[in-house]
Amino acid sequence: MTVPARDQMSIVIVGHVDYGKSTVVGRLFADTGSLPEGKLEAVRKECARTGKPFEYAFLLDALSDEQDQGITIDTARSFFKTAKRDYIIIDAPGHIEFLKNMISGAARAEAAVLVIDAKEGIRENSRRHGYLLSMLGVRKIVVAVNKMDLVNRDKAHFRKIESDFRSFLKSIGSPDPEQFIPISAITGENLSNPSDQMLWYRGPTLLSALDQFEKAPAKGDRPLRFPVQAIYKFAAEGDDRRIVAGRIESGRVKVGDRVVFSPSNKSSVIKNIEAFNAPTRHTIEAGWSTGFTLTEEIYITRGELMTHETAPPLVSTRFRANMIWLGKKPFEKNKDYKLKIHTQAVSVRLIEINKLVDATSSGEQGTRPFVGRHDVADVTVETRQPIAFDDISQGEATARFVVVDGYDIAGGGIIIAAEKDNQENFREEARLRDFHWIKGGVTAAERGRRFGHPAALVMFVGKTGVGKHRLARAVEKTLFESGRAAYMLDGTNVLLGVDSDMIWAQSTQQELVRRFAEVAHLLLDAGLLVVSTTNAIGLADVASVQALIPDFPVLTVEIRGEGGISSADMHLTGQETELDSAQKVTDLLTSRQILQ
Amino acid sequence: MDNLDQLEQQSVYIFREAFRHFERLCMLWSIGKDSTVLLWLARKAFFGHVPFPLVHIDTSYKLPEMITYRDKLALEYKLTMIVGQNADAIKAGRTFPATQHLPDGHPDKVSRLECCGLLKKDALANTLNGVWPRQKLNLKTGRYELDPDRAPYHGVIVGARADEEGSRSKERYFSPRDKNSAWDIGEQPPEFWNQFKTDFAPGTHVRIHPLLDWTELHIWEYIKRENIPTVSLYYDQGSGTRYRSLGCGPCQAPIQSQAKNVDQIIDELKSGKLKNIAERSGRLQDGKHGLEELRREGYM
Repeated sequence: MTVPARDQMSIVIVGHVDYGKSTVVGRLFADTGSLPEGKLEAVRKECARTGKPFEYAFLLDALSDEQDQGITIDTARSFFKTAKRDYIIIDAPGHIEFLKNMISGAARAEAAVLVIDAKEGIRENSRRHGYLLSMLGVRKIVVAVNKMDLVNRDKAHFRKIESDFRSFLKSIGSPDPEQFIPISAITGENLSNPSDQMLWYRGPTLLSALDQFEKAPAKGDRPLRFPVQAIYKFAAEGDDRRIVAGRIESGRVKVGDRVVFSPSNKSSVIKNIEAFNAPTRHTIEAGWSTGFTLTEEIYITRGELMTHETAPPLVSTRFRANMIWLGKKPFEKNKDYKLKIHTQAVSVRLIEINKLVDATSSGEQGTRPFVGRHDVADVTVETRQPIAFDDISQGEATARFVVVDGYDIAGGGIIIAAEKDNQENFREEARLRDFHWIKGGVTAAERGRRFGHPAALVMFVGKTGVGKHRLARAVEKTLFESGRAAYMLDGTNVLLGVDSDMIWAQSTQQELVRRFAEVAHLLLDAGLLVVSTTNAIGLADVASVQALIPDFPVLTVEIRGEGGISSADMHLTGQETELDSAQKVTDLLTSRQILQ
Repeated sequence: MDNLDQLEQQSVYIFREAFRHFERLCMLWSIGKDSTVLLWLARKAFFGHVPFPLVHIDTSYKLPEMITYRDKLALEYKLTMIVGQNADAIKAGRTFPATQHLPDGHPDKVSRLECCGLLKKDALANTLNGVWPRQKLNLKTGRYELDPDRAPYHGVIVGARADEEGSRSKERYFSPRDKNSAWDIGEQPPEFWNQFKTDFAPGTHVRIHPLLDWTELHIWEYIKRENIPTVSLYYDQGSGTRYRSLGCGPCQAPIQSQAKNVDQIIDELKSGKLKNIAERSGRLQDGKHGLEELRREGYM
């Protein structure tokens, strides 16, 4: 039998430059006997040769770049062992210019040591680090007040730093650190051995404080959160499994469970839990990168969140978040960025800066129209399509996001709350409808195979008289003649029948849109390619139509004589021939993988 | 869920992110223990399949057993196996072994490190970008044929571990490389939680490291748990020595060890006998800064 692998914990050491982080780490390495043989001697020799006094910090300087600049530039990872467990130690750089490296390290740490210089006291960067650890979700924090030898190992001095920093952390809602420990890394006091010169301190050493941290409990008892990472069908060697792959971020799920997917509201039942070279399982919980086959094949895509029906996630296009910006160019309004949250990626815009948090004091700062580099801010953003997520009190992986500017991750944050958008009521209606939808005996996948394509809605929009009806007819005809199941839905027909009870003076645009979308939804459920044309419903209503039809693709074709940028999926001038227009729509459907 | 399970889950997650975001994805397979564990993890991630090519850089100085083992596994697992080589340098004798006999200071003499630069770094860069020809294993005949596909790879999965050697501890899970395969250590983008760098400018590529958090001991414990086949060079065959890290024949030295199987290697690692010897100590090209310089320029 294999002896169980040793417990492992990743910790990050953060602190301003020159506060002695590298010395702390070097000491921990040397004291726990975790250095390769000869390393200590080699560094001592190198120091003697160059005339520099020996420092434990030199042990970590594996890179010439660092030695040249005298600062740790990246989250160097190394390992040390205690009797209790192995530690992956991430020595995050303290220099503000390397904040993104500090974040990369801290974002994957389970616990943190925040180093404060006893002589310098609490500075801007210590506050920023405290704030970031809190935002990044590091809950286990020990504060090491270093260089106590330079302040006469004074108890009152230490207690003052402790109480000031505790009240700062409290003011920003950060968890209270487990321990404040007075240390001197250079003389090795209170790191692995208790100091005999600070007898007033009776708490643990740094090493035993780390050993006292317990691993976070598994998240198996929380609601199920399974972001869809991919749908695999490899088809090689007769493997016809269609596997929904991903990692369970919280909760558990078992074979036979009914599961729902957000934002599409689709549902199915877990058939099998799939794995390679592993025993069969009937239940699986948080932490596992796994895959499922479903009893009913449904069209779902990456970025959807699989949950149980009883605890669905939030779905919206707007949310409020705390974030840090690291990009060279600022985060601005009226510009498109890419938002990545769990496995979802979607276009996003900055709508409002609610608050800029200033790290130089614990207070707030006046507003600015943008979020600049290294700024920490409370913002409201809006995504182009609705996404499924949680707020940070309900989830972690499903509440954390990054913003990509160009090719690089430029910022990241946590969602505090969903904000209302105009489609909220429709979305609620659709969710209730879809979760309780009575399915017939023919599945969507079976219809798709018969018709040769999935269902989709193509909406022609534009002013009265631009030729929407003519082109929609042409598209319907072309699709039908090439063997597709197409149907033209003219808004007038909905008005004549379904809307005939509406009293015009009292009817609202909202109700018109709702009825139109519900009719379209029935046709889509029948597996058709629906080509719609209506004067009553324009581009401004598309988001509402999408909210009511979350389970099928909705594409828009705007017909408008004049040029300019259209927010529709396709823009026609109305001058194109019917044949040409039909070809363009076919190409659009092909590019969205609706037609082959 | 134990520690090995946790490492496995994270590696699988990284594999799937890489497969999703890089249409031109490949994985480097050095035939060593780490990249063979990597291959196994790919099969875990993709439910028994390996949906991208494996690339091996053949310096022509690899021990014959490694090549035999490579082709055997490639045929058995039905891998898309690509081999690249600096054929010109090998043919012209511009290698360390071929010029070893020349006196020091001779203009034609090639040092160990220069040899790594030519046969590994240059061969790798030119195989990845498709400038040099690639050989592909025909799974029906078992022979290598010229691969008509010369398109560059934009995502390259490698088996580097942070604990292995200094400069590797600076890698991210997804580390960008520029047009010249160079690595700007100081200007790497941030990596928040499990959001990785998956957008890249034309001409650049991203190195992906699913094994970054694994240690040498984890690798062996996992080989044991999963019963992964490995080359016999890692085990003492009666000479009282074995290889701990595999490279080219002329530039590697075995270590003193009588570990004859996976269990004994695990015991040896746990006993602390090797604690004070760097894993790559038998790799004779590793100098103080040499390896890091090579890595910055694109060596793996």
